[in-house]
Amino acid sequence: MPLRRFLSFRDFDWWLLCLVLILGVVSVLEIYSTTVHTRFASFESKQIFFIAAGIVCMFILAKIDYHRLIDLSPWMYGIFIVSLVAVRLVGHKALGARRWIALGPIQFQPSEWVKLVLILAMARYIANIGGRNLTWKEIFKAFGLVGLPMLLVLIQPDLGTTLTYAPVLIAGLFLGGINLRQAATLIVCGSVLAVGVWSSGKILKPYQKARLTSFINPQNDPKGAGYQVLQSEIAVGSGGIWGKGAEKGTQTQGYFLPIPYTDFIFAAFSEEHGFVGAVFVLLLYFLILMRLIQNAQTAADLPGSLIIMGIVAVLTFQIAVNVGMVIGFMPVTGIPLPLMSYGGSSVLFTFLALGVAMNVRMRRFVN
Amino acid sequence: MVSSNFNRGEKLSPVKAAVVQYGILFMMLGLGAGLWRLQVLDVENYRVLAEQNRIRKEPILAPRGKLFDRENRLVVDDYPSVTCFLVREQTQNVDADLPLIAKGLDLDLDQLRATLHRYRGQPGYQPIPVKQDVTADEQAFIAAHRNELPELETIDEERRLYPRDGFAAHLIGYVGEVSEDDLNNSRFAYYEPGDVVGKAGIEETYDELLRGKDGSREVVVDSHGREVGYFGIEHAVPGQALKLTIDNDLQRAAELAMGDRNGAIVAMDPRNGEILALVSRPSFDPNAFTIKIDRTEWNKLITDPDHPLMNKALQAQLAPGSTFKILMSVAGLQEGVAQDMHIMCNGGWGPYGYYHQCDRRHGPVDIHTAIPYSCDTFFYMLGDKLGIDRIAKYATEFGYGQKTGIDLPGEQAGLMPSAQWKVKNYHARWYPDETLDVAIGQGAVEATPLQLARIIGGIASGGHLVRPHVVFPDQLPAEFRKSLADSFPGSGEAYISIDPENWQIITDGMAQVTEPGEFHTAGSAHLEGIDFAGKTGTAQQMSHEAMAKTAKSKSNNPNVWFVGVTPRRNPELVVAVLWQSGEFSYYPARIGAQVVEAYVDKKRRLAGNLPPPKAKPPVEMGAVWTTPGVETKPGAKNTAAAGGRGQIHSGHFFVQNGQIVAANPAGVETSPKRTKSATPPAAVNAKTVPTEVAAALPERRPALKPSSGPQPGPEPGRNP
Repeated sequence: MPLRRFLSFRDFDWWLLCLVLILGVVSVLEIYSTTVHTRFASFESKQIFFIAAGIVCMFILAKIDYHRLIDLSPWMYGIFIVSLVAVRLVGHKALGARRWIALGPIQFQPSEWVKLVLILAMARYIANIGGRNLTWKEIFKAFGLVGLPMLLVLIQPDLGTTLTYAPVLIAGLFLGGINLRQAATLIVCGSVLAVGVWSSGKILKPYQKARLTSFINPQNDPKGAGYQVLQSEIAVGSGGIWGKGAEKGTQTQGYFLPIPYTDFIFAAFSEEHGFVGAVFVLLLYFLILMRLIQNAQTAADLPGSLIIMGIVAVLTFQIAVNVGMVIGFMPVTGIPLPLMSYGGSSVLFTFLALGVAMNVRMRRFVN
Repeated sequence: MVSSNFNRGEKLSPVKAAVVQYGILFMMLGLGAGLWRLQVLDVENYRVLAEQNRIRKEPILAPRGKLFDRENRLVVDDYPSVTCFLVREQTQNVDADLPLIAKGLDLDLDQLRATLHRYRGQPGYQPIPVKQDVTADEQAFIAAHRNELPELETIDEERRLYPRDGFAAHLIGYVGEVSEDDLNNSRFAYYEPGDVVGKAGIEETYDELLRGKDGSREVVVDSHGREVGYFGIEHAVPGQALKLTIDNDLQRAAELAMGDRNGAIVAMDPRNGEILALVSRPSFDPNAFTIKIDRTEWNKLITDPDHPLMNKALQAQLAPGSTFKILMSVAGLQEGVAQDMHIMCNGGWGPYGYYHQCDRRHGPVDIHTAIPYSCDTFFYMLGDKLGIDRIAKYATEFGYGQKTGIDLPGEQAGLMPSAQWKVKNYHARWYPDETLDVAIGQGAVEATPLQLARIIGGIASGGHLVRPHVVFPDQLPAEFRKSLADSFPGSGEAYISIDPENWQIITDGMAQVTEPGEFHTAGSAHLEGIDFAGKTGTAQQMSHEAMAKTAKSKSNNPNVWFVGVTPRRNPELVVAVLWQSGEFSYYPARIGAQVVEAYVDKKRRLAGNLPPPKAKPPVEMGAVWTTPGVETKPGAKNTAAAGGRGQIHSGHFFVQNGQIVAANPAGVETSPKRTKSATPPAAVNAKTVPTEVAAALPERRPALKPSSGPQPGPEPGRNP
C-alpha cells in the first residue's frame, strides 16, 4: 500500500493541472475585468474559491479508485434521476426555469453533476459489452440510459445542459463499436425525429426555437433573440488582432454583451485581448484535450479509457458550442465554457471530471 | 469487486483515438478560422458597429431667434422646456406600462391610450410625444424608472413664448411641427420629421434665419441608454434675432383701439414702408400652436365664421368703398377732368337707366368738397367722364389688383376690373353703367387694408409708393434679402408723378374729412393740434334691394373703412382701418384717430415737445364717514344720516390731481342712477373732454382711458 501511494502521486498529471490552472487564472482575470464596474464586482474572488474547492475535490476524487466509482455509478445514476424529479417538484425557480435545489445554505444544480454520473454509467455499460460490435438492442439501451436524464432536464427547461449529455452517448457508441450502417440509420432517424420535434411545437418552447435559429441571421431580429448573437459578434470582431485591453472592451463594459462573465466570457475575452488572446485560450484547450486523450490511451483498461474519452467528448462539445455561439457559428444555448465561465457548478463539474481523469492516469500501472 | 468483470487486456483503439484527436484539431481550426474572419478580416466593420452601438448622436436644438420691436423691446421670447416621448421599440409590451406612465406623468390613461392608438400605423422607431412641458417632478419620475420604463425618453428644447392675448399674433405668426405634406414640398427640403417650423407670419417668412442650426452631441451610452460620457460636441447655432419694424407702443394702441371688432389695422411709415403696427381681428393665441394644438381648439379656429387665423390686413380682399375716391380724384385731376366739374348733387345719378344713389343730397359739389362729403354723385359723373380704362390705368399704376410685396405669407392681390378683364373672365362687354359702381369703390373692385395703406400713403406722399415690410432689411444676409424679393413679388417701390397742385387739392380734401363740418364724413374723428387727414369708406356687402329683403342681421352690415395720414402732405404715418360688418364709417375713422394720436403723442414726448399737460378728468367718488366721538345706534343708520343727528355723513366728490375740485355733499344715498346724473361742474368737464378723442367713442371701454388720454410725463411701466 505505501508503494501504491507513492506511485499515485508520481503519476498525477501535473502538466495537465498546470494547463488547467493557467486557464483558471485567465478566467479569474477576465471575470474581474467584466465585473469590476458592476454590482457583480466580487465575482472573481468567488471564482477563485470555486477553483480552489474544485482542486481539493479533484485531489479527493483522484484518490478514490475509479473502479469503485464505476461500481457505484448505477446507484448514483438512480439518486440523480430522483433529484432531477425533485427539482421538478420542489426546485427553486430562477429566470423561469426550475434548475436549482436548495440543500441547506447551498444551492445545488443536479443537472451539471448528472453529466459525470452519465460518463461513468456509460463507460461501465460499454465496457461490460466488451469491445465487440453493438447490437441494436444495446444501442437502444444506451439511448435509454442517456435519454431519461435528458428528458428530465429538458423539461426544467434547460436546453443547453440537455444537449451536453448527447456527446456522452455519441462517444460511448462510437468507442463502444457501432458499425457504419447502424450509425447511418441512427443519423437518418435522428434527423427525422429532430424535424418532428421542431415542427410539433410542444417539446421546444418558442424562445428556445428562436434562439436556435436566430444565430443564422441575427440582423433579422436585432432587438430580440438575435441581439445576443449580434452583440457577441460585434464584441469579438471589434477586438481586432490585439484587443482593446483589459477593462476597455466597449461591448463588455457598456453591458451590450449579455452576461459577459458566464456564457459570453469568451466574447468579452476576445474583445479585450483580441485574436491573439483568443487563439491562446483555444490552444490551451487543445493541449488539455490532447493531454486527456493521451491519458485515455495509456489507461490501464477500457473503462478508464472510456471515462476519459467521455470527459473529452463533453468538454469538446462545450467548447465547440460555446465558442461557436460567441462567434456566430452556433445558436445561443446557454452552455458555459468549461474552466472559463463563472459558476460553481460548472467549475466543480470540470474539476471533478479532471479528478476522475487523473484517477485513471494514476492507476495506469496498477493491477 | 465488480471490476474483475472488465477485460483487462482490452485497450482503446488507436485508430479511434486518432479520429477523435483529428476531430478536435479540425474543430479548433474551425473556431480559429471563425475568429480570424471576425477579428482580422471584418475588424473595421465590427469596430464601426461597436461605435454605433455605444455612441448616440443626440441633437442639441438651436434656440429660435428672438423677435424685437423697432426699439429693441422683446416681443417673442424662448423658454426651455422638456418634452417626454414614448419609443415603442424599447419594450415588447408598452400597453402594460401605460397605467404607470399615466400615473407618473399625471396623464389621463384613456387619453394616453388614444394617443398611442393614433400612432399605431407609424413605424416603431417614431417617438410619440406623450407630454410637453414636463415638470421637474415628472422628470425625476422618468429618470427613476429608466429600467422599468426604458420606452420613455425626454428631449430638452427651447419653446416659443408669444405675447399673450393674441398681441400682434397675425404679424408674428406661429410655429408648429412640420407636417407630412410640408416634408414632400421642396421648400421644406432641409427639414426632418419632428422639426418645428414657422407656419405663419414672420415665423414662416424668416424661418430660415430664425431656426438657426441644430447641433449634436456624441454621447457614449451603455446598453440601457444611460449616458456614461460624451465624445464630440457640435454646438447649435442659435437662430438670428430679428428686429421688427413694429413699434410696441403703437401696436398696443392699435390693438386697444380695435377692441373686439372684426377687421384689421395697418399702420405704416409711407416714407420707407416700415409697418409700425398690424392688427387683425379676431385674434388667436399663438402659444397654443407651439408644438401641437388641441384638436377642439383647432376646429374652433378653423370653423369660426370670422376666420381668426386669417391675416385680414393682407388677406381680406374687399370692396374699398369710398376710399377709392382718392384714386378717382388723382385720375380725374391728372387727366384735367375734375378741376372744372361743378355739379349739383340731388341724391344720385342714373344716366343709363339704373339710378345710382348718393347717401344724401349734397347740393353744389366740386372737387374740393367732393372728398370730405364723399359725394357719390360727383364721382359717378367723374367716373363716367374718365371711363373704365383710364380709371383702371391709374388704379393699376398705383397698385390696385397687385400684391404689395410685403414680407409676410399669404398676401392677396385684390382686384381692379377693366374692360379687358371683363372680356377675359366673363366674355362680355363692359357697360358704362358698371363704371359708376367702380368709381365709388364698389362693383368688382377689391383691395386689402395693406394695399390701401400703401396707395393712399403714396398719394399723400406725392406719388412715392413703397414696399411695405415688417423686418428691417439691413440685418438680413444679402442672399436672403434677394430671395425674399423673389419670393414676395409685388408692386413694390414706385414713383408716379402727381402734379403738385393736384396733390394739394387731394390732401387738403382729405384733411377736411376729419374737420368738423357739414357733410364731412369723419368730423368726429378730429384731432385737436394734429394735422390729420384721411378718407372713410362704406362698402355694401349686398345691394339695397337685397338688404331690404333679408332679415336685418349684423353680418349684412357694410364693411367700413378708413385710411388716414398724418401730416396731410408727405405723411410720416398712414393708417388703414377695416371693420367688417361694421357700423358707420366714422367709427373706423375714430379708431384710426386713436392710432394717429398715439403716434403723435409718442413723437412729441420723445422730442420733449409735448403740448402743456392736460389735466386728468376729475374722478367722481362717493364717501361715507362719521364724525368721531359720537356714538351711533345700530339699526338707525339711515334715519340718523338723513335726520341730521349728525354722526354719519356721505357725499360725492370730484377729485382731480389729488385735490377735491367739486363736492356734492348733499347727496345722501348712492345709486347708479344718481351717480350718472351727478355731472361734474361744466368748467372742468369742458376743459378736458373735447380734446380727448377716446371719449367720443360710445363703446369705448374704460380700460382704454389711460393709454389713449394724454398724460403728463412718461407712463409708468413703459420702457423708455
